[in-house]
Amino acid sequence: MAVTVRIPTPLQRLTNGQGEVACEGKTVTELLNNLEQRYPGVKERLCDKDGKLRRFVNIFVNEEDIRFLQGDQTAVKDGDEVSIIPAIAGG
Amino acid sequence: MSYVIGLKCRECGRLYPKEVINVCEYCFGSIEVDYDYDAIRRTFTKASFANRLASLWRYRELLPIEGEPTVGLSSGWTPLLRAHRLADVLGVRELYVKDDSVSHPTLSFKDRVVSVALTRAKELGFDTVACASTGNLANAVSAHAARAGLKCYVFIPADLEIGKVVASLIYRPTVVAVEGTYDDVNRLCAELSAKYPWAFVNVNIRPYYAEGSKTYGFEIAEQLGWRVPAHIVVPAASGSLITKIAKAFKELQLLGFVNDDPVRLYAAQPEGCSPIVQAIKAGSDIIKPVKPKTIAKSLAIGNPADGYYAAKAILESGGTGEVVTDEEIVDGMKLLAETEGVFTETAGGVTVAAAKQLIEQGAIPRDEPIVICITGNGLKTQEPLLDRPDRVGRPVRIKPNLAAFESALSHQLSGIATKQ
Repeated sequence: MAVTVRIPTPLQRLTNGQGEVACEGKTVTELLNNLEQRYPGVKERLCDKDGKLRRFVNIFVNEEDIRFLQGDQTAVKDGDEVSIIPAIAGG
Repeated sequence: MSYVIGLKCRECGRLYPKEVINVCEYCFGSIEVDYDYDAIRRTFTKASFANRLASLWRYRELLPIEGEPTVGLSSGWTPLLRAHRLADVLGVRELYVKDDSVSHPTLSFKDRVVSVALTRAKELGFDTVACASTGNLANAVSAHAARAGLKCYVFIPADLEIGKVVASLIYRPTVVAVEGTYDDVNRLCAELSAKYPWAFVNVNIRPYYAEGSKTYGFEIAEQLGWRVPAHIVVPAASGSLITKIAKAFKELQLLGFVNDDPVRLYAAQPEGCSPIVQAIKAGSDIIKPVKPKTIAKSLAIGNPADGYYAAKAILESGGTGEVVTDEEIVDGMKLLAETEGVFTETAGGVTVAAAKQLIEQGAIPRDEPIVICITGNGLKTQEPLLDRPDRVGRPVRIKPNLAAFESALSHQLSGIATKQ
């Protein structure tokens, strides 16, 4: 078991075209670090120079926006589903 | 003939071809259409309008399509009403209502964005269109897709007003009612757009779609006799409309159609969902998402896609924003109906009520031209009125005879001189 991470179209080139990948980690930050190890280059797309999530990136853990949880310290566990979604949609 | 050079990231400036791209691959920034304004200036002048039909397509050079428009040929060019009676109540000199509650064919400003989006979707080779919607967009995509012969899926929150649900179903799209908020619907559609080969108008072809909102601003300027209004109050959900109205006025200034007078922008939001106005009031461009709770369901976007750009544009213009309660929304709907004969939806009530507050606070001066943006029709959002019969009143029900009429209305008729 691991955490399923859904990869948005703009990043799928870095994940060999996969829309879903399995990752490990106890928090969103750890998950993103693990994602970077498996698919180098992903993190710099998602985070700015200071390592903070970019303004236009939304992350959801089991359908809930992490800004309503504990941000990048939100806990994740095996079987959870994490979605990375570009913020620019809707309305 | 197209004047579109390509697509461009608003954040890092990276260029992309004019294809199906809505997010910068590198920084996740917003993608915008990049026009050749020099070429437009050479051919597009006020004289160009002499033989053009009264529709949103009269500004075709500033819209992101390659060939001739094929969708929404009768959409746009809605009335700009000089609102004398509402001006008297609000105590202002020069007030206008831009009335998209009578937009053809689906009674909201969404006919504009969808006309552009579906014309472009056909050019890009799509045979199926879709959207995430709070109702009006679903109505517009369903209707225009029917007429264009496109397959259609619309995704809405499951608790929408019944008028907005029926006004999609009648065109026979597949209507998917999602158990969640609009923000849930939006997230789902972002995921679906990565999987299905459909044109989600406000997701994967959003850069083209959003440009359609500029026509609302172009029309205001042309209908004012090629002037920009000093003040404009706009309802805000995703923040896209207000951002594009600002862009429309800037483009007209760039082309020399109007002079460079400043336009102050004001956002109107319901108290139960006001992330953009909260940012503006904090003087910040950081948008904190919220869980919406409001009768203005068409404005119930807790995580607004263009919130950052909207807040920035408003702050730069010297404008501000205001929030209103559910009861004030109903007051706003009633006030517009009773003074100007326009029945707007809840979002319009938000705009009227917010404009009233901004004027009373002195944020909007009473002696300068003001435009209030009405973007949807009240027939679609009747629930808040039906839930408040004491506010809206009931018909006087009588038997079909003279005595019954006079008995039921005796208090009103007592002073009226009859003919006999």
